[in-house]
Amino acid sequence: MLYEVTIDGKNYRVDLNRTDERWSCRLDGRELEVDAVLARRDVLSLRIGNLAYEVKSERIANDLQVWVRSARFVAEVRDLRSLRGRARTGDDHGPKKIVASMPGKVVRLLVRDGEEVELGAGVAVVEAMKMQNEIKSPKKGTVRTILVSEGAAVNAGDVLAIVE
Amino acid sequence: MFKKILIANRGEIAVRVLRACHEMGIAAAVVYSEVDRAALHVRKADEAYPIGPAAASASYLNISKILDVAQRSGADAIHPGYGFLSENARFAQACTDAGVKFIGPTAAAMDAMGSKTRARQAMEKAGVPFVPGTSRGVESFEEAEQVAAKVGYPVMLKAAAGGGGKGMRLVHAPGELKSSLEAARSEAERSFGDSEVYIEKAILNPRHIEMQVLADEHGNTVYLGERECSLQRRHQKVLEEAPSPVVDPNMRRRMGEVAVRVARAAAYTNAGTVEFLVDGQKNFYFLEMNTRLQVEHPVTELITGLDLVHLQIRVAAGEKLPFTQEDVRIRGHAIECRIYAEDPDNNYFPSPGKITLLLTPSGPGIRDDSGMYEGWNVPIDYDPLLAKLIGYGVDREQAISRLTRSLDEYFVGGIKTNLSLFRRILRDPDFRAAKLDTGFLDRMLKPSEDKTVDSPSAEVAAIAAGIFAALGATATGVSNGWSGEEKAAERATSNWKSVGRREGLR
Repeated sequence: MLYEVTIDGKNYRVDLNRTDERWSCRLDGRELEVDAVLARRDVLSLRIGNLAYEVKSERIANDLQVWVRSARFVAEVRDLRSLRGRARTGDDHGPKKIVASMPGKVVRLLVRDGEEVELGAGVAVVEAMKMQNEIKSPKKGTVRTILVSEGAAVNAGDVLAIVE
Repeated sequence: MFKKILIANRGEIAVRVLRACHEMGIAAAVVYSEVDRAALHVRKADEAYPIGPAAASASYLNISKILDVAQRSGADAIHPGYGFLSENARFAQACTDAGVKFIGPTAAAMDAMGSKTRARQAMEKAGVPFVPGTSRGVESFEEAEQVAAKVGYPVMLKAAAGGGGKGMRLVHAPGELKSSLEAARSEAERSFGDSEVYIEKAILNPRHIEMQVLADEHGNTVYLGERECSLQRRHQKVLEEAPSPVVDPNMRRRMGEVAVRVARAAAYTNAGTVEFLVDGQKNFYFLEMNTRLQVEHPVTELITGLDLVHLQIRVAAGEKLPFTQEDVRIRGHAIECRIYAEDPDNNYFPSPGKITLLLTPSGPGIRDDSGMYEGWNVPIDYDPLLAKLIGYGVDREQAISRLTRSLDEYFVGGIKTNLSLFRRILRDPDFRAAKLDTGFLDRMLKPSEDKTVDSPSAEVAAIAAGIFAALGATATGVSNGWSGEEKAAERATSNWKSVGRREGLR
């Protein structure tokens, strides 16, 4: 299994082959002895040589996060043998989704369909636990589709609008 | 002793009180709103009663609904926890009128403390030290000008009915007074329906130290030592410890005796907390009295060996305090971290949602007072406090090292929490040197998040991410509709579930 893994913006090539509990692993071409036990869902006990690590995984909104002890890393995994999984990272062209980062209620929409927005401009205000948070545009462009209305309840990861 | 107690609260404090009830052989009834059916306090209760919609005003703050449950359940007493109705004198009186014991002070004692200016008048008679200023609201701008000139700038304007930093204004010079007074008045009117504002000399970067008191209904009042609560963000406490690193036995005795005088002046019963501001010369000034059990009560419990909730219940049942002031001994050091569902990378905005993974710490000197569990959905409707992690040691240094160790064991997955904030605080040199004041956190948080690039760990993360992907969906709890969204995702970032699925198709 051959993966390209991006950790906090840096790419690693991870080549894994499994025989029972043992994994042979090449990290960017370097051979490493890796022994992995899935302690429970989302928790991996990892030995690399004789160094031991507890690694946890979680997904928040659309971010995959990997914790090594108490250090957090944002991870992206692409299967290099799958054509579908080929990445186009750093792509600022084309439409971008504006996503709610937490569950809450849309209290205000700050833009209309077809409106031009700057990078970082406020698009909507979402309220949760009595605090209001402005959701900002991820790029400069034109608001194409607004998928929510004022007063709507949203979950983390829900698409609020699309900017082209 | 009571046979059944109704707990009129939710979250970790409802669980805390529930545990005390069970330890004392008392049945515990709870109430819950529509979004709290699956909450931990309902799971652990002996009886549970729905009281309506998520909005607190329609459920946890609704006096008639709660009293109705008290009657229906046959509870002898009501424990209000903190927040919600805990400091509502009308509720305390309504309990008394309904023949249910309110576990806390009387309505009259709450009323005496409820208004900051009225409390001040009563306390001044009892010889309690105050920050120089007015003991009643200022009538006019001219009066405000005179008072401010007399106590000396900078001055603080405060709403008489206030709390939580609302209606407060710091005024550095006479030229700013007029506009600040108007702003404070209108904010006070908006927030509390009462525009009364008073003036105090501003103590810049003070320490916030509070004294725990406990009084029975037979005239015995004791103090149980202080808590240092200087670490605050936006006037909300974040981390508390006991004892305070600056309070020596002599100062403790003097503060404690003042606190007991405050309580006696209001004919106070049950547990309460007297808050003080402490300046750089260790002068202390009465701030206000909190007429409830405090969030941070566990640090006092650990250093005194007492259980404050047990004692609250026993005192409310009419028992005498089982010890005297001389019996109270302070031993060791305790520090509490308030773990909130909030995002440190997004200005501490609340982060409700489903907890996909929960690993809790244990071992020597660690106490975790929690209201959460794995699989629970943290609702968006309430205060985001999830749990309190308390470390205890023979001294401050050991308490810090135990807490630091336990923070590395603690993991809450699926939502953002402020756990990383405590790792930063606990390794901060000024915190370790106990150089604390109410401006500490704002100063510490000023420089942007220190992103130390840890490349060996990043490599471990890369390998682990690969292994998680290779193990597929059974290794990760990724679910809820991700695959449906994938088509719409123009960004072709992959994810473990879809990778796992593709692997499975081969």
